Amino acid sequence: MPKLSPTMEEGQISRWVKNEGDSFDANETLAEVDTDKATMEMTALHGGTLLKILKGAGDTAALGEAIAITGNKGEDISALLTEIGTAKPPAAANAANGNGKSAEAPVAKAAPSVAAPAIPQSEIRIPQSDGRMLVSPIAARMAAENGLDLKAISGSGPNGRIIKRDIEQALAGGGTIVTKAAAPSFTPSTVVGASAFREEPTSQMRRVIASRLAESIGPIPTFYLTREIEMDNVLSLRKAINASLSDDQKVSVNDILVKAVAMALQKHPFVNASYQDRAIRFYEQADIGVAVAIDEGLITPVVRGANLKGFVEIGQEVRSLAARARDKKLQPEEYTGATFSISNLGMFGIKEFTAIINPPEAGILAVGAATQTPVVRDGQIVVRSIMNITMSCDHRVIDGATGAKFLDTLTKMLEQPAMMLA
Amino acid sequence: MAVLTIRDALNQALREELYRDENVFIMGEEVAEYDGAYKVTRGLWKEFGDKRVVDAPITELGFAGLGVGAAMAGLRPVIEFMTWNFSILAADQIINHAAKMLYMSGGEFNVPIVFRGPNGSAYQVSSQHSQALEALYSNFPGLKVVMPSNAADAKGLLKSAIRDDNPVIFMEQERMYGIKGEVPEDDDFTIPLGVADVKREGTDCTIVARSMTVPMALEAAEKIKEQFDVSVEVVDPRTIKPLDIDTIANSVKKTNRLVVVEESHAFASVGAEISHQIMENAFDYLDAPVKRISTAETPMPYAKNLEALALPSVDKIIAAVKEVCYL
Repeated sequence: MPKLSPTMEEGQISRWVKNEGDSFDANETLAEVDTDKATMEMTALHGGTLLKILKGAGDTAALGEAIAITGNKGEDISALLTEIGTAKPPAAANAANGNGKSAEAPVAKAAPSVAAPAIPQSEIRIPQSDGRMLVSPIAARMAAENGLDLKAISGSGPNGRIIKRDIEQALAGGGTIVTKAAAPSFTPSTVVGASAFREEPTSQMRRVIASRLAESIGPIPTFYLTREIEMDNVLSLRKAINASLSDDQKVSVNDILVKAVAMALQKHPFVNASYQDRAIRFYEQADIGVAVAIDEGLITPVVRGANLKGFVEIGQEVRSLAARARDKKLQPEEYTGATFSISNLGMFGIKEFTAIINPPEAGILAVGAATQTPVVRDGQIVVRSIMNITMSCDHRVIDGATGAKFLDTLTKMLEQPAMMLA
Repeated sequence: MAVLTIRDALNQALREELYRDENVFIMGEEVAEYDGAYKVTRGLWKEFGDKRVVDAPITELGFAGLGVGAAMAGLRPVIEFMTWNFSILAADQIINHAAKMLYMSGGEFNVPIVFRGPNGSAYQVSSQHSQALEALYSNFPGLKVVMPSNAADAKGLLKSAIRDDNPVIFMEQERMYGIKGEVPEDDDFTIPLGVADVKREGTDCTIVARSMTVPMALEAAEKIKEQFDVSVEVVDPRTIKPLDIDTIANSVKKTNRLVVVEESHAFASVGAEISHQIMENAFDYLDAPVKRISTAETPMPYAKNLEALALPSVDKIIAAVKEVCYL
């Protein structure tokens, strides 16, 4: 199992594109693999024949674990099969030392080579506004043979179909790297009296969101914890900080929230964790995914090590990530592999809501608007800026009390920001 | 080489084969004393007499069946249909007897027979006399189907058809009988069945045409070269069954684009079969969907202008080539 996303530790075979006995060329897609973030294409580093599939569709394999044997047609693989049968997947070791970057597939050295770990050029398909990409067969084949990314080629045929001459132009260096936005097409209803409607094909991103969220609400036993937090001190802290900062450094409430969540996560390792089939993974730093709405849906760029960063740095990073997210210029490693996420709909006037966990994270915090609210303090009715937060918890990792304690810490840090220093 | 019309090339082939093998005989309506409805058999009755060139009554099923029986008994009949439209009356003898005899007799009786005549449209002969029936006969195991498009092919293929030991459907075209071409003078000149011919070499687009649409495709190819500097290759399968798909596929692998032009209707046509076989054999080489030009889905209109609109034309072929070449 090759590493197809920056944070994946295991992958699930979504489907094999090649069957046993099929031969393939370099850069041809062998299988589609569901990683922690998306469905990736696993492509071949070099040509060969798919001799044996060890992990079928639906099977999960750790990084470096053998999923198939490739080699020359007719090659004897019996010895290799025996060896693989007794070998242990090395992914646990990688996970244990916490270094998610070192996982080369060790079995790839065996001859015949085992499951060429191939990392495609760009790992997630950029969603096309018209959904499906049109490519003529020979254009598809030429692109595959030359390692061209079809997503980077605009088609000159009917309906944007990528045809041979587009590939030839791209190979000659004259190809345009533009994604065409097709005008929405309207389908008039044939039923008289009923409302006409418009249909657009499902985008790749929409499908990924659907499958990920369905996956979440199904197998993940989720429960929700809500707290009211007095934000007055955060607001005055922000005012005080911003007074001495230039415009491009100004800090938002959300930036402070990101920092506070990251600090609180450091104190509650079960929340900054991930449930794996055979282990619970605890993350050393808090990589906070910040949900950003874009035209096509949403994406969660990640502020890495938010526990280690200051408000200003976090603020600048979030703004930069969000801007590039809207321009669809994020690199895969910039929107994958958070350890915990925040979804803030306060700016839309939402007071309180629940968010859906983005697996394999164990929790997500849904943040509402801070509003001036009458509350009782020391027997008096006073006005405070009250913000409701709701955490969705993966009960396989986080128990009720665990989550409540985390929220208590977070509440204290926001109500008394000095606690972040404690 | 002699320059002959297709009519005379066919006449030469028949004459040479009548000389070559005394078992060969011709039978059909008006083939003898009248010299043939389209003069393909001109002079043969005078030269070979009543036994070798036989006028049949207007009984297609009868003389087709007589031919099948004669072939089973060892003769080599060449049965002329005044047009292939009339073969529909004899379809039972062709499809159920000629095509199946070898199989159903356990190999006891082969049927070395040629059914020949003009196929497709003529000049305003309307719905019942303008049909191109090659797809019908190509659909049945046991029948070979041949469709020449020039004088040399007409002669060489007809001689091979007569010498073939099994039933051959030989389809000519009334509009083409007068087209002249060079023909080898060798008495033993034959063209093997099942071998396609590249009528014009090109690099950008393949047109597969047969019979009447071959000259159309060649004219279209010239015009496309002039107007768009696009190089069109024209492939004539010559034999529809067995089909030389390799030659067609190799051409498509070179040009990446295919237009099939045919005089028959489109549905379940030979063009549909070729499109399918190209999808099977050259899918990864296609740069555009295969385009077909066929006769309109209507009984052939009598009116001259409507007949012209219903049939394939040079302009329609040019438009199709432009489409698959994304011009």
